[in-house]
Amino acid sequence: MPPIRTYHDLTDADRSGLPEQIGAQRKRVAERLAGVGRVIAVMSGKGGVGKSYVTAHLARALARSGRAVGVLDADLNGPTIPRLLGIDHSPRPTHRDGIEPAVGADGVTCISMAMLLEDGAPLAFKGPSAESFVWRGAMEASALRELLGDVAWGALDALLLDLPPGMQRYVELCDILGAPPAVLTVTIPTPESRDAVRRAMRAAVDRGSRLLGIVENMVGDEFPGSLDRRLAGEFGVPILARLPWRPTPDAWAGLAGRL
Amino acid sequence: MKFLCVDCDKQMAFEERQLPGDGTLAATFKCPTCGRVVAMLTNPMETQLVSSLGVEIGGRTVPAQPLETVRKMVSTGREDAFDEGSREPGAGSGTNWSAGALERLNRVPNFVRGMVKRIYADYAKERGIAEITPAVMDTARAELGLEGM
Repeated sequence: MPPIRTYHDLTDADRSGLPEQIGAQRKRVAERLAGVGRVIAVMSGKGGVGKSYVTAHLARALARSGRAVGVLDADLNGPTIPRLLGIDHSPRPTHRDGIEPAVGADGVTCISMAMLLEDGAPLAFKGPSAESFVWRGAMEASALRELLGDVAWGALDALLLDLPPGMQRYVELCDILGAPPAVLTVTIPTPESRDAVRRAMRAAVDRGSRLLGIVENMVGDEFPGSLDRRLAGEFGVPILARLPWRPTPDAWAGLAGRL
Repeated sequence: MKFLCVDCDKQMAFEERQLPGDGTLAATFKCPTCGRVVAMLTNPMETQLVSSLGVEIGGRTVPAQPLETVRKMVSTGREDAFDEGSREPGAGSGTNWSAGALERLNRVPNFVRGMVKRIYADYAKERGIAEITPAVMDTARAELGLEGM
């Protein structure tokens, strides 16, 4: 048998054009977000630290300060942003070019799987159940890409993305956007959270994201909120806010002003 | 993915895409020199992986619809999640539907019916077809690779 040439040696026109199709998907996202001033990923390596709560209230505070703000609920399996923004599950008006985001409290626009799923139903996909781990991640990444590129976001000063715990969605986001987004980190004043968040921040730095700063949430009583200082020093980023259990509107406004 | 005719050392050209059932995706490729045809068959998991990427083997013949993957692949979607009535006037309109075609369309789940209707309407409009019938739907399905629509 003669030596076999490599994939890239074969340069005849390919009718499937899969790389071109993927390129068109990326272009659609880029065009859609061309009117967005900043894309900010709100993330943490730890679950239960209040990322969604911070995202929603930060978005509202930014909106109250006169900025146009959207929130993409990127927690596809545990979406909570619509409830936090007081959005019901009305059908989303759909046009040829995209679907309209919902409008929530203080005029924040939003899209979330919570609006598209049956009440109480998990996100489930059609397809073979055996070995579904092989394709499920790719399916969720496609859903994230469509929520970015197929929603008529319009002109926004900021689009906040509420990421689920862990790093998987952040990595998908970097690939879809073609460039790492700015990252706002949320943590709580426990050593366990700090350790997990440190890994997430390291991963974000390694990917090339700009770290905007740290929000330490749920501060109070025996948790005075000082563990974030070490993280801030380690990564050379500011502590943007230490939020008590029941932050006042002024606390949110202060955070919005420091972003 | 590409196919090479080893005897001719030539890249084989994509010929046809079929969905023969059982979750199989079949794509045939032909050597431009010797005419040999081979078929690539994927298992259901591999077919699903292609679907999850939002790409079409053989190339797209119609543009992707908004949230196409979510609508086609999510099995727990709300039936009323999308308000198809508010699309811009005239898009995909001007095409009649036969009673048989409408009956078939009504068997499509609400969650994706609007998108499926639009795909067939756009298909007919692009080809100057005045009325969509079950036969037109069959042809469109084969040409566009619309499994299950």
